[in-house]
Amino acid sequence: MTGDGMDLWRRLRGTICILVALYLIAPLVIVVIISFSAASFLQFPPPGLSLRWYVNLFGDPAWTSSLIVSVQVLIPSATLATLLGTAAAYALVRGRIPGASMIGAALMLPIIVPGIITAAALFGVYRGLGLNGTLTGLIIGHVVITLPYVVATVSSGLRTMDPRLEDAASTLGARPGAAFRRVTLPLLLPAILSGLLFAAVASFDELIVSLFVSTARVRPVAVQMWSNVRGDVDPTIAAIASLCFAFAFVVLLAEGFLRRRTGIEGPR
Amino acid sequence: MPDAGVKAPLIGGRALLLVPAMLVLLLAFVGPVGWLLARAFTQPQRGLQNFEALWQRQGYLQVLWNTIEISALVTPICVLLGFPIAHAMATGSPRLRRWLVFIVLLPFWTSLLVRTFATVILLQRNGPVNAVLIALGLTAEPLSLIYNLTGVMAGALQVLLPFVIFPLHAAMARIDPAFMQAALTLGARPVRAFIRVYLPLTLPGLITGATLVFISTLGYFVTPAMLGGPHQTMIAQLIQDQIAQFGNWGMAGALSLLLLAVSGVLFLLLHLTIGLKAAAR
Repeated sequence: MTGDGMDLWRRLRGTICILVALYLIAPLVIVVIISFSAASFLQFPPPGLSLRWYVNLFGDPAWTSSLIVSVQVLIPSATLATLLGTAAAYALVRGRIPGASMIGAALMLPIIVPGIITAAALFGVYRGLGLNGTLTGLIIGHVVITLPYVVATVSSGLRTMDPRLEDAASTLGARPGAAFRRVTLPLLLPAILSGLLFAAVASFDELIVSLFVSTARVRPVAVQMWSNVRGDVDPTIAAIASLCFAFAFVVLLAEGFLRRRTGIEGPR
Repeated sequence: MPDAGVKAPLIGGRALLLVPAMLVLLLAFVGPVGWLLARAFTQPQRGLQNFEALWQRQGYLQVLWNTIEISALVTPICVLLGFPIAHAMATGSPRLRRWLVFIVLLPFWTSLLVRTFATVILLQRNGPVNAVLIALGLTAEPLSLIYNLTGVMAGALQVLLPFVIFPLHAAMARIDPAFMQAALTLGARPVRAFIRVYLPLTLPGLITGATLVFISTLGYFVTPAMLGGPHQTMIAQLIQDQIAQFGNWGMAGALSLLLLAVSGVLFLLLHLTIGLKAAAR
């Protein structure tokens, strides 16, 4: 486009970009500001600043125990998802398996199927197994939900990696196990770590499955937030939200750093 | 999946690496979902009574209609707002692109719950948006921006814009700028060149993004529950109600089957017209 049409489009585009950027970022900024509020309700702008909501957050057993549950679920489920997902991605990309693309698509199902269906299904099946309200039940659910992130990230890492490097190692006499350990694994490590980070964030944020299979005694942060958001809302929830946001921010920076080192692409 | 273990040696040792992930998928996902869907035909007794009840109950039909209406409203707005952003990403400077990718990705990786909660603060009666509107003299009274359709739309757009921006950007990045120049050199007016040359080339990304947004909205739970009112109840909330309040697993299964079938058909159509591989690239 040249002349007036181009100019008009440029201006329109610029305006929309700025407005949408504001729209995407503003809520996050406002939550962080409110978390430091001195007022006891969600007033914006806050009348004064304080750290009372962070103090409240770490002093309230409901929040601290939910943080502990989240970590107890996040660490094993992200680790398991990373192990299983990396193995599966390696088989899918390097294994020359018939129907690999179908199997790959099947492994993506847990993030395509609406969360409510997965949650209701797990809750229903868990009833007979006594897994509702247990860490084991939560961990299994979270492995299912986070597995696709690892498979996608590691597969894309493997695709950008030159298979001749592994071939060279084998040609030079490395056994398959040694070639994997000494050549593939170090090259793939950034992609695996990215997958682990994505899985950790996805586990921490997971709400619907946790909502169904947790109980008041075993309740991760997301569910605790959910029950608070719908009841009496005070800025404590803004404090935990800001911590979640800081966590995602750090992970995104770390992931960007890993990506720059290897040129791999994430699941998005 | 016992036969994966049996077949594996024929395919090669590497296939064995798939077994643990496939086992988890089958036992903790496919199995349970199949169990839930089967309830639709077996509870309270064998037959299609759940689907008949679904068809006859005005309340259920209203929820299905809400779900389709909200998805159909959110999708075009997402495309209209996402298009300029994707275009700026594809044709702007690398610096601008990095900023835009960061701005779009950051909320994407922040929990849905946190963002929806933030939207509540932003749009509440005495929230900053109403304060700005009053200060600008656009309204005398604070507007009701949440617990209604406006709230659901605002929350959904927040969450779904990246789903349309990234596929659109991928399609635009592949377009050779020479096409537009050729059209202009050959005498096409800019607007005409845009509509006849550029727009058709972005269609795969546009359709992919729109389908992803539509399907994601269909299954929405958190956004309508927090930002909508009783008139914006969507199918996912109805499924939860059936289980948590009534223990009606038959109806929950029927609603899940319906939701899954509609999403599945749309995915299949997308796959057949554009191809998921091409869409993902």
